[in-house]
Amino acid sequence: MMLCKLSLKNIKKSFKDYAIYFFTLILGVAIFYVFNAIDSQTVMMDVTSSTYEIIKLMTNMLSGVSVFVSFILGFLVIYASRFLIKRRNKEFGIYLTLGMSKRKISLVLFFETLFIGIISLIIGLGLGAVLSQFMSLLVANMFDANMTKFTFIFSGSACIKTIVYFGIMYLLVMIFNTINISKCKLIELLYARKKAERIKLKNPLFCTIIFIISSIVLGYAYYLVTAGFVKLDTADKIYIPIVMGIVSTFFLFWSLSGLLLKIFMSMKNIYYKGLNCFTLRQFSSKINTTVFSMTVICLMLFITICVLSSALSIKNSMTANLNELAPVDVQLTKPLHIMDESSNEEIILDSKISVRQTLLKNDFNIDEYLKDVVEFNTYSSNDITLRSTLGSRLDKITNQYKYLRYDSTETIMKISDYNKIAKVYGNREYTLKDNEYLIVADFDSMISIRNEALKAGETIVINNQIFYPKYKECKDGFIEISSNHVNDGVILVPDEVADNLKADHNSIVANYKKKSDKEKEKINEKLNKIIETTWNKTSLTSLNSKIYIAEASIGLGALVTFIGLYLGIVFLISSAAILALKELSESSDNKNRFTMLRRLGADEKVINKALFRQIGIFFMFPLLLAILHSIFGLKFSTMILETFGTDGLLSSIIMTAVFLVVIYGGYFLLTYICSKNIIKER
Amino acid sequence: MKNILKLEKIEKYYGNKSSLTKAINNISFDVFEGEFVAIMGSSGSGKTTLLNCISTIDRVTSGHIYVNGEDITKLKGNHLNKFRREELGFIFQDFNLLDTLTAYENIALALSIQNVDAKEIDKRVKEVARDLDIKGVLEKYPYQMSGGQKQRVASARAIITNPKLVLADEPTGALDSKSSKMLLERFNYLNNELKATILMVTHDAFTASYASRVIFIKDGKIFNEINRGDDTRKEFFDKIIDVVTLLGGDLNDAL
Repeated sequence: MMLCKLSLKNIKKSFKDYAIYFFTLILGVAIFYVFNAIDSQTVMMDVTSSTYEIIKLMTNMLSGVSVFVSFILGFLVIYASRFLIKRRNKEFGIYLTLGMSKRKISLVLFFETLFIGIISLIIGLGLGAVLSQFMSLLVANMFDANMTKFTFIFSGSACIKTIVYFGIMYLLVMIFNTINISKCKLIELLYARKKAERIKLKNPLFCTIIFIISSIVLGYAYYLVTAGFVKLDTADKIYIPIVMGIVSTFFLFWSLSGLLLKIFMSMKNIYYKGLNCFTLRQFSSKINTTVFSMTVICLMLFITICVLSSALSIKNSMTANLNELAPVDVQLTKPLHIMDESSNEEIILDSKISVRQTLLKNDFNIDEYLKDVVEFNTYSSNDITLRSTLGSRLDKITNQYKYLRYDSTETIMKISDYNKIAKVYGNREYTLKDNEYLIVADFDSMISIRNEALKAGETIVINNQIFYPKYKECKDGFIEISSNHVNDGVILVPDEVADNLKADHNSIVANYKKKSDKEKEKINEKLNKIIETTWNKTSLTSLNSKIYIAEASIGLGALVTFIGLYLGIVFLISSAAILALKELSESSDNKNRFTMLRRLGADEKVINKALFRQIGIFFMFPLLLAILHSIFGLKFSTMILETFGTDGLLSSIIMTAVFLVVIYGGYFLLTYICSKNIIKER
Repeated sequence: MKNILKLEKIEKYYGNKSSLTKAINNISFDVFEGEFVAIMGSSGSGKTTLLNCISTIDRVTSGHIYVNGEDITKLKGNHLNKFRREELGFIFQDFNLLDTLTAYENIALALSIQNVDAKEIDKRVKEVARDLDIKGVLEKYPYQMSGGQKQRVASARAIITNPKLVLADEPTGALDSKSSKMLLERFNYLNNELKATILMVTHDAFTASYASRVIFIKDGKIFNEINRGDDTRKEFFDKIIDVVTLLGGDLNDAL
């Protein structure tokens, strides 16, 4: 019982030190709960069954991510608690000299962890329960679902899961603490802080060399992920710039810490002004020992920024794309004239008739259900491939892009058919002379490849007739409805030319004749049923509808957003918490130094300013490099995520910045305020 | 001679009504410009409290303290800080050097807080380093120095601002006898050549014998006061011992 009391008192006493640790634990618990409670929150929403499926998938993914998150949080908790234990070495030393056994000290620590764990879980779960109500608003908003009724929901399963995961973490902390205590020696405990910290000034020349080398390496890594992108021709080569980035980040911090001090020291007027010399020395005395954690924090911030911005921008452009890229309700497509022997008789027969006829055979009269109908064929020719359209530019392009399929046949379309679709879609219509062609596309990297050829005026030959490009670049447009920009190029030719080519696919695009969403969904279901029953049995007709695209893209958007938010916030909290804890413990060490400054007659304002700067530099240093990393990282991720469109990047970067400012800035302010309290004169 | 420090009936009480401790009980004395005064007393006699009150680290319960004619018991906030950095110099038992700074920077800090420009700082640091014989350790960190060197660096920091009054709290407390002697000789040099006014608290008779006047404190009151006059240090030391014997108690340990 006495041990219990002792640990409770300890917590109370060292609350100043523990405050941020405690705060972080509560945040961690709350976030963990919120993201695991999403599926329970959807109960109060009116969603379709397929949307519910997507939400189910999403929660499954999120719980997978939770395992990863729990590793990060676990690492954070263990790190933080070890940090706090270290600070209390002297206290334990006194216990030992008073004759308390190591087992009992472990027990004191056990109780402390237990109390902190229980309290943080209770408060965290409470906070999480409140926050998750807001989360359900976000979920409802994302899935365009109506909140049928608002009820306060507490997810028992998420609660239990949180308790189990954090229970394991706390258990690990207890084990670590016990091991730590059993290993330590009394003399080390008592004199731990007396050990003078050796401050070695690094050789400036050596620092400069390291600085230059790591800058070059970092620059090259930046080059690789942006302009030199093409050099990363296989997926596993992406590790090269990553490793280069990590290593150079470490050495940049290492060399900069020495170098910056040297530079400032040589500027005597600034160095010996007010407390500048003190602040800089504070900074450099620590950075020598914290280069590693700086690196980790910088990289974590970098990941946070990239993940959050990319996730939010995917989500943004997904919703933005939908109306633009799926302007009609439905599109049905089937291949024509299948020669393939492996297909069954019926399918081969079916491939000779149009989509309209196939549907009619299945008791679906297009005119009864659909309006704005456009029926069209696409054509192909074995002679017209990407290779042939690129013409003389081929060599240059194959050098750059090795893995494109150059021998696949190009999709060719009648200009009049395209114009009919364009009219329904609300896209621009075109005219062609007898010997002209043009290419419509909306997939950026293919556009730039094709533009090379078009600019050079490459001709194509169909049935011994030569066609010249009407425009020097691809025109924006598409024929397939989809959620992304995926049209890699359709060649439009004068109508009579296509008549001599092999019709490849037959398609219908149309709107549903009904107005309300419910009735539209009914037609959609009816069509889908036909397609599903006939697929690969009697026909190869496939269906794509705005409803499905919307669900899929909303689902994907939501999935990406939630995972992005989850990981981003956890990473952000972890890195900010590590920094904050480090700074706070320094502040208690610094107490004497600040008292000294007061005795020398430094004004309170000046001292606070010095403290603010000192903590500010520590928070800014990794952030600045992380932002620099992120500029290039985001360039890279926009390239990867090109198909999703990157229209919303700016607004998502702003959102990310808001997150950064609120969480990271919040931790910074909290650290400053706590530190100020610690160094305050009693 | 000019009156640098004037204590007027100061009292300092600790605790509450039920258990009142009078750490300082009605003490008055004056220190004149260029004096080197030692305050002696056993532990618990109130000498450190007295020093804390003079140095504005602590506040008196009643009475007035005038430094250079200004009543410092009335000072508040930034005026206090201004007073500390411009009128006082501190030397502590445990040196209190900033371990992250070199000796040079430690000394310079006292000036840079007063916003003296870098050239002037450099000039004055070098001067004071010569006076205190620490030129060789200027680029070293505190952990690379001996106790005596550290204390001389601390002294340099205390006097570089040309304070009206240097306050020293057991300056030899953490030093061996050889370093103590060296330090005290430097104090005499500061006192005689640079005309620094020094008020030193100590319980050590040997240390006190370097002063020009010794004030004895017992139970928060002045017990005795002796002037060195034209005595040699040895003679003065014997006189101090006499008083210490008279005082009895803990101070006998100083023998």
